[in-house]
Amino acid sequence: MSATAPPPRLALRHITKRYPSVVANDDVSLSVAPGEIHAVLGENGAGKSTLMKIIYGAVKPDSGEMLFEGRPFFAKNPRDARSHGISMVFQHFSLFDTLSVAENIWLGLDQSIRLDQVREQIAATAEKFGLPLEADRPVHTLSVGERQRVEIMRSLLTQPKLLILDEPTSVLTPQAVDKLFATLRQLAASGCSILYISHKLDEIRSLCTNCTVLRGGRVTGKVDPREESNASLSRLMIGAEPPLLLHRDAKLGAVALDVKQLTLKSDAMFGTNLDHISLHVREGEIVGIAGVSGNGQQELLAALSGENPRAPSQSVQLFGADIASAPPNRRRSLGLFFVPEERLGRGAVPVHSLAMNNLLTRHHELASRNALAWVSPARSRSLAKDIIARFNVKAGGDSAAAKSLSGGNLQKYIVGREISAKPKVLIVAQPTWGVDVGAAAQIRAELLKLRDEGCAVLVVSEELEELFELCDRMHVIAKGKLSPSIATRDASVELIGEWMSGLWTTSVAAESTTA
Amino acid sequence: MNELALLIAAMLSAGTPLAIATLGLLINERVGVVNLGAEGMMLIAAVCGFAVAFVTGNQWFGFLAGAAAGACAAALFGLLAVWLNTNQYATGLALTLFGGGLSAFIGIEFVGKKLAEQPKYDWPWLSDLPFLGTAFFKHHPMVYLAILVAIAMVYLLYKTRLGLVLRAVGESPESAHALGYRVRLIRLFALMAGGALCGVAGAYLSVVYAPLWVEGMTAGRGWIALALTVFATWRPLRALMGAYLFGGVTMLQLYLQGEGVQIPAQFMSMLPYLATIVVLVLISRNPTWIRTNMPASLGKPFYPT
Repeated sequence: MSATAPPPRLALRHITKRYPSVVANDDVSLSVAPGEIHAVLGENGAGKSTLMKIIYGAVKPDSGEMLFEGRPFFAKNPRDARSHGISMVFQHFSLFDTLSVAENIWLGLDQSIRLDQVREQIAATAEKFGLPLEADRPVHTLSVGERQRVEIMRSLLTQPKLLILDEPTSVLTPQAVDKLFATLRQLAASGCSILYISHKLDEIRSLCTNCTVLRGGRVTGKVDPREESNASLSRLMIGAEPPLLLHRDAKLGAVALDVKQLTLKSDAMFGTNLDHISLHVREGEIVGIAGVSGNGQQELLAALSGENPRAPSQSVQLFGADIASAPPNRRRSLGLFFVPEERLGRGAVPVHSLAMNNLLTRHHELASRNALAWVSPARSRSLAKDIIARFNVKAGGDSAAAKSLSGGNLQKYIVGREISAKPKVLIVAQPTWGVDVGAAAQIRAELLKLRDEGCAVLVVSEELEELFELCDRMHVIAKGKLSPSIATRDASVELIGEWMSGLWTTSVAAESTTA
Repeated sequence: MNELALLIAAMLSAGTPLAIATLGLLINERVGVVNLGAEGMMLIAAVCGFAVAFVTGNQWFGFLAGAAAGACAAALFGLLAVWLNTNQYATGLALTLFGGGLSAFIGIEFVGKKLAEQPKYDWPWLSDLPFLGTAFFKHHPMVYLAILVAIAMVYLLYKTRLGLVLRAVGESPESAHALGYRVRLIRLFALMAGGALCGVAGAYLSVVYAPLWVEGMTAGRGWIALALTVFATWRPLRALMGAYLFGGVTMLQLYLQGEGVQIPAQFMSMLPYLATIVVLVLISRNPTWIRTNMPASLGKPFYPT
């Protein structure tokens, strides 16, 4: 850097933050120039979030210094950060569903301006950055991509000098990602610096001009991502290249799970009603359901798992038997097992030990055969030990509380618990959400192995890459409707992306011949 | 004709305490807090209002005392339910029981006492109109004030930034917190404002409506007001209409008894509560109606991070 160059917009020097059990950031330094799009790449738990919270004033570091526009500065709290021009778009939105777009944005701005001025600013900014938004629509009627636009708009109207985006594309269709990137490039060209947090290598390579890689809280590389390959970035991020999956040809058996014209109203406040959903899964295949979250996945999973037993009679069938109104236990005894999306709270009881957590889905095997049906703690513990050993779970033994495990290890345990029950049908929601790359590869390999052994597997996921890797066939769910299925080898990311916005034509000839 | 005018007048008069209390509870629930202590707050306010009006001889001091007592009781509830995150429902029930006991204790001295004669409230010439004058223009000022409060609340909630912040807190306290709003403080102030209105309603009962102090004199009006907030789907003007409707049912019951209609008095006393239950059932059948109006965080505790 020459002497005349302006100071970096943001400079972090030797930031360290320790928590009781882990060092979240260990001597992290990074520097972002004005108008630069800077990636922070790392796995879940690598310390990205902590670092951003430090910049945004939500967490205080133990040591180190931060320079903002050349001057030492630590934000006292998020409000202080915003007033200095640091703005953040969260992974989980902070919007108010029943309020309008303009009202939502107004709430994030300071008191002095009026609502009609906000409307004008929205219109002006929308035009400038290509962010179309209707100011008077209530937020609950917007798609997830539009909601994110509201969040970004809210940030833009504070005229930020530094915009932090936390995993912004996890909820977007591929087409929406392209639009977002165009907006971000334009924003950067206008002088705003952007910190882009992600674990998606392709995105970082196409968008960012600089990249700081974190692993285990330490900086493991500072690179220009445009000159790197996925493999080299991956090596920096996880220290190894992810193992390749072996995908054998499917040996199809009988139809195991059959969903026929399932129409079901949602229980949730702003839920999605299921609209004539039909799909089937045969033994020995993995069928995937892609889609942006909130398009009916939760409602469909609840109807399949038995959590919501109000599906119309005959609409859900397991090997020809009607299970539409059967409770979860009955479905399990027929061979249908389920891995929910929320690990803590649905998949496992956070404060209970792993052994106790076996009782959630395996209590039939663990109970004695006599009338009292007492469960055997010893058998539960030995089952936990088996799962830990077989699925390579890193945990403090079978008595470790579920919440003490990392996301990846707990997910391995829960998937392992269901797989070791020898299911005939396994339904998995978000198998690798928030799971590190190594554990994700292992879970995917286990699912493929299960399929090769003749189990019918249904995977609901928002990660397209994962579905392309795992599935034999794919559906897309959008606004409570399900697309026809398409064989993975005939599908492309673009096509699935289009379908994700609900645009599939009924004339698609891709419906599998076995339908 | 004249009987109808009297019935309308009685309906407005009986609906007013319900309206004021419902509007107060509506503010509470708009920020996401259910205060089942309405009955208790009203009783404490009723006895305090009566006592002050009796001692000072000025009913307006009585109203002020009632408002202050209601706000204090609500503040107590707020400290427990908002700051210490005690269960809102249990805490509210406790407040109702506590209020019943405390008001009876304070009121021992005042049982059987009478307030000074009240002036007539006539409008210059409107009160002399046939029918309309009797029905609408011979009321205590508080009756008109209740209508003004309802209109002001519509303006506050839907036209001002403060109202937007209140609704936002009730919708998602987590998001409001993330934007930097002081959720617990806002909830506490909204609770106190609501408590003050409930207090005014209680004081109206003991100072104007009865006007005397009897133990447990609110006679379930706090509970009706709580039901009315749902009946009104948390909208001020609907709350006002609902309050008059329920006041009307109460009055009709007395009127029919006076006419010698052979319906057991007990059944007629049940009517407001039966109507409440019917209305609750009817509107819970219409999810979209509740969905767009009900504060999403209603009754849920909020823990700032």
